[in-house]
Amino acid sequence: MLFKHVSELVEQAEKLDVPISELMIRQEVEETGKPREEIFAQMGHNLDIMEKSVHDGLEGVKSRSGLTGGDAVLIQKYMAEQETLSGNLLLDVVSKAVATNEVNAAMGTICATPTAGSAGCVPGVLFGLKPRLNPTREQMVRFLFTSGAFGQVVANNASISGAAGGCQAEVGSAAGMASAAAVEMAGGTPQQSAEAMSITLKNMLGLVCDPVAGLVEVPCVKRNAMGSSQAIVSADLALAGVTSTIPTDEVIGAMFRIGESMSPALKETAEGGLAATPTGRELAKKVFGPAMGSE
Amino acid sequence: MKFRSVFDIIGPVMIGPSSSHTAGAARIGKMARELFGRQPDWAKIHLYGSFAKTYQGHGTDVALVGGILGFSTYDERIKDALNLAKEANLDIEFIEEDGSSDHPNTARIQMGDEDGDFELVGISIGGGKAEITELNGFELRLTGQSPAILVMHNDRFGAIAAVTNVLAEHEINIGHMEVARKEEGKDAMMIIETDERIPDHIMDELNKCDHIMQVVTISE
Repeated sequence: MLFKHVSELVEQAEKLDVPISELMIRQEVEETGKPREEIFAQMGHNLDIMEKSVHDGLEGVKSRSGLTGGDAVLIQKYMAEQETLSGNLLLDVVSKAVATNEVNAAMGTICATPTAGSAGCVPGVLFGLKPRLNPTREQMVRFLFTSGAFGQVVANNASISGAAGGCQAEVGSAAGMASAAAVEMAGGTPQQSAEAMSITLKNMLGLVCDPVAGLVEVPCVKRNAMGSSQAIVSADLALAGVTSTIPTDEVIGAMFRIGESMSPALKETAEGGLAATPTGRELAKKVFGPAMGSE
Repeated sequence: MKFRSVFDIIGPVMIGPSSSHTAGAARIGKMARELFGRQPDWAKIHLYGSFAKTYQGHGTDVALVGGILGFSTYDERIKDALNLAKEANLDIEFIEEDGSSDHPNTARIQMGDEDGDFELVGISIGGGKAEITELNGFELRLTGQSPAILVMHNDRFGAIAAVTNVLAEHEINIGHMEVARKEEGKDAMMIIETDERIPDHIMDELNKCDHIMQVVTISE
């Protein structure tokens, strides 16, 4: 392996004078023995899937439970009809993250990044930035390799599973990955990508996984909305030269230990947090019958 | 390191809503189907931990059954797997277990038909990745990330060498191998992960080796 930690990722990229996406591609070639073109094409296929999920979500979908769907459409309509508070770029990012997770909740086809419940952050940021940065297709595919590099470090040193580490491990990781990749696509340095990842992940620490009725809907869709918005803001902070006092690898370590000490009720069992609120239980009953809501 | 490929992180392409509870579950079901070697007549699926608490919401049930029907994580038929199982005369029973398991997302699957039955334990470790940790009481670790073969054999000298010799003759490289037995001289098992998928004619050759009871392949 060319890298196991973010520090090595940055070091290698600086030493070889290549972007982090390039390191990830070289690592994948070394690991699988597959030709570079094949690996690039496979990632291109994943990009196409993401684009379609965003597109379908913006057309409007509804989940089988009826709990989620249609918010991406609402946000786009609001942007079209009036001046917004946070600005069109940010809301475009958010609507595209929401679109992806609404499609996921409706059992549509998505690309997990790194998981299905957190699938909105990376494409939301990527396709939300597309009109601003006008990236080439190669740059868009590279965005996914950079996201993957940071995600792989988190997965191997902490966790990307809500059942193991809470939502911080899923949407936290996804948002961190997206912010690091956004920095690279905007022309920032590998170190600035790492700073963006740190800043994002630090603000996601402790986030619990408490899905209402056990469905990947409430609050997952909106957590992706906020995760993608944090990714954009963190990327801007890093590009402005703001740094994280705690290095990225230590933030990832903290995330892992917080996940370990989190109660199982708050790790995708639908027994605590929002799932255990009166409304959460009521909805569970409505969706699955009394047995589910009485837990 | 568990996550070696970038496509473990950016991927899989899958039917929602949960990579661990839907895609990972589909992979467990599909590995079970491949290890059994054919479509069973019945399957009893015991669910533990988070799987037991949330399987309906996450579509874990349809995904496991879809996998047992041979569907991949991105196969849209997964949504309809319970009905398709009925049409295929596959009896399914789900059992929610209260007991704890080593991993929060664990399924124990028993399946069979008139010619035999077997039992395995699968875990979904996040991001759509899954592992088989137990098969017919043998502890093992099978990731489904590389092509693999499972060999059930009698615990006799030369059985392992016979199998590896066949692979060597065909220049097939072994990436990872585990051997296990329950007690001396009785049933034993080999799991062999290879760099490439083993073609049918080599499988036939392996099946003819002395002391070999059954050989099955598992695809990536």
